[in-house]
Amino acid sequence: MFAYYLDLALRSLRRNKALTALMVLAIALGIGASMTTLTVLHVLSGDPLPGRSGEIYYPQIDPQDLRGMYPGKEPPSQVTLIDGMNLLRAKRADHQALMTGGEVPIQPEQSALDPFYVDARYTTADFFPMFGTPFLFGHGWNAADDEAKAREVVISHNLNQKLFGGANSVGRTLRLAGTAFQIVGVLDRWQPNPHFYDLNTGSYAYGEQVFLPLQTMMDLHLSRDGSNDCWGNGGGGTDTILPADTCVWLQFWVQLDNPLKVAAYKQFLIHYSEDQKALGRFQRPPNVRLRNVMQWLDYNMVVPDDVRLQTWLALGFLLVCLVNTMGLMLAKFMRRAGELGVRRALGASRRALFAQLLIESGVVGLVGGFGGMLLALLGLWLVRQRSSDYAALAHLDFSMLLTTFVLALCATLLAGLLPAWRACQIAPALQLKSN
Amino acid sequence: MTLHPILVALRRHKAGVVLIALQIALTLAIVCNAVFIIGQRVERIGRPTGLHEKDLFMVEQTWVGAPSGDDPASIEKLDALQRADLATLRRLPGVVSVAAANTLPLTNNSWGGGVSLKPNQQNATTRSVFYFGDEQLLPTLGLKLIAGRAFNAGDIVHQGFRDTRTPPIVIVSKPLADSLFPHGDALGKTVYFDGSRATTIIGIVARLQSSSTSSWSSGFDYNSAIEPVRLDAYFSRYVVRTRPGREQAVMAAARDALYAANPMRVISDDPGDDNGIRSFAQIRDQAYRADKGMAILMGVICLILLGVTAAGIVGLTSFWVGQRHRQIGVRRALGARKIDILHYFQIENGLIAGAGVLLGVLLALGLNQWLMSHYEMTRMPLPYLLTGVLAMLALGQAAVFVPARRASNVPPVVATRSV
Repeated sequence: MFAYYLDLALRSLRRNKALTALMVLAIALGIGASMTTLTVLHVLSGDPLPGRSGEIYYPQIDPQDLRGMYPGKEPPSQVTLIDGMNLLRAKRADHQALMTGGEVPIQPEQSALDPFYVDARYTTADFFPMFGTPFLFGHGWNAADDEAKAREVVISHNLNQKLFGGANSVGRTLRLAGTAFQIVGVLDRWQPNPHFYDLNTGSYAYGEQVFLPLQTMMDLHLSRDGSNDCWGNGGGGTDTILPADTCVWLQFWVQLDNPLKVAAYKQFLIHYSEDQKALGRFQRPPNVRLRNVMQWLDYNMVVPDDVRLQTWLALGFLLVCLVNTMGLMLAKFMRRAGELGVRRALGASRRALFAQLLIESGVVGLVGGFGGMLLALLGLWLVRQRSSDYAALAHLDFSMLLTTFVLALCATLLAGLLPAWRACQIAPALQLKSN
Repeated sequence: MTLHPILVALRRHKAGVVLIALQIALTLAIVCNAVFIIGQRVERIGRPTGLHEKDLFMVEQTWVGAPSGDDPASIEKLDALQRADLATLRRLPGVVSVAAANTLPLTNNSWGGGVSLKPNQQNATTRSVFYFGDEQLLPTLGLKLIAGRAFNAGDIVHQGFRDTRTPPIVIVSKPLADSLFPHGDALGKTVYFDGSRATTIIGIVARLQSSSTSSWSSGFDYNSAIEPVRLDAYFSRYVVRTRPGREQAVMAAARDALYAANPMRVISDDPGDDNGIRSFAQIRDQAYRADKGMAILMGVICLILLGVTAAGIVGLTSFWVGQRHRQIGVRRALGARKIDILHYFQIENGLIAGAGVLLGVLLALGLNQWLMSHYEMTRMPLPYLLTGVLAMLALGQAAVFVPARRASNVPPVVATRSV
């Protein structure tokens, strides 16, 4: 029966090529635009640490003075060095790491290469086990190395390719800002998108080339990048390279395996704030937040507004295309009232007619979906030509490919429901008589 | 011609009529809002920076092996390096003037903070971005001084870029002056940066746009202050004004000259946005590329949307014409002229489109309201809506014309023939 209906549908579609083409084109345009924008949205709002992000939390505390305070105000989005170190050393979480970003010059041993700057991450040891970074060679450093201000460095896959041609470089020496560092690990390709652990340095398609201990960076006075928010009268002193104690400039992340630990950690943050207030360091009442990775990205509204706006626009466009297809399908089905009347008179049930017409709209949907996929590939290619930081990420993956066809099919079937139902209401006798 | 027969006939095609009206309404709502967004973006892209943008470029470079400390010796050494670079650039043929600057408008490298009228005020009076530069900065950028005086060489100090001291004098943009002193008496007044750092306004420039184009600075897009400071850091930025038409040649020569004078530096030769030497036209293009892309995308979608809607009207009207072939024949046989048949379909379309745009106006306003509550959007002015309404009615008439003319060509003899 299905094959017969399919045959009927194809015949009917072929009979009126212009109308069919118009319907397919409308569906293809609507689906193409929607899938292009939905794919970009899907890529940008993706989970940077699949499987782990639910356990990784970003504690926020409020060390500011009373100026500009109002109830419900969010605490600063970073921590001061003192608080960061206190929380780090308290070791109340399963893993914890304190970090910031910067730029360091690399002076390659190979004379063929000029010195160049790379993005660096200065962090404490737990960064690697907590975020589950994949190692190609070697491993990270440990907490003792942090305290010892070890001259140890982990480099990225790309840098290893550039400097050592991809060979195992663990144990070799790398000159960073005039100081010799020993390479202890080489990461495999790892670039979480968004760059959740420090959104100040760029949200997408950003990755550091070298990772070295935070205390080593402070010891060597390496340069720092990113956000630095200060309050009160204390800016940085003239002779100190680090921001003052009244500046927040570090990110602090913790791993908490279960909800009990999360609740306990939040209590700990409140107690810590109370203790600091009793000591006179904090002035505000405890004001803490503990968001996991996805909540943190959400709170920071990482996905650009324009991308959301484009998605809404494309979905609106799809809606108009569907209404359009619905109208055209209605015209098409009603024009065949005579043929349908004959089929009814010969004993076809309403259900059978309904199924036949829906199959016809399904065929339009599938062809339109295919066209939409091609248009989406074109659209994403166009997106990639633009130079936004997320441009390179815009690719259609398998799940979005499947979504394209499901969306196209569901949308056209939905659009076909009303016309098919209307066409089935035809009284066969009336149609036969009038002809 | 009375409307009655048309209305009666429409009642027999309820589903089709509702669908066309709905399509017109949705199209109107989306197109109005999209065109409004395009208008806003075009306005944003066209904003003047206050600079004389032609024949102007920026050099951005990073030292290798230079001192990184904040101690006086390091700062002096960095400043000597920077002064040597300024001299090197000044010697290039075709250069009019060169200035040291921490950042430029539209580059999205920003120094910013609160500005207050009293020290340690609870909440800052307004916010502003801070520019740092030497006495050459105003003439090099081509800023228009409208009150007070410009900096002279004696005013310029130099300090490390983490140093938070503020020099005793400052030049502000007129919008910043006005938001601090609405009565226009800003000149000579003392203000406080970041709560406590006192400085006196000695000059006012007509316009100087913020270095940031992001939403961070929206609300104080033209609040700028210029401090007479050469900042010494592990990087430096210079702005160069060239003789008319010499920009490209000087840009090419600048890189070689700087490397020749001191090879211990990195000037990025990235072919794209990160290039160390960019003309201001490039900076402007990069700053607004996303807005331009958004405007083009919106425009393309609007055009396709209008096309789809027009095609839908043609399709459905053609179907109706086919369906009413005999009725048209009967009317023609009873004496209706071709023009009457044409008018019939045109009026019918006018009625449907009229209902559609009525609904569409409500949808457009609702959509605008929703966008305002979720995105940075303002209220849509009425002209956008009126233009949209007229455009949709015109589109409907244009789309209906071909099928309506085909209908008017149905010969009267059809009435007597049974199909």
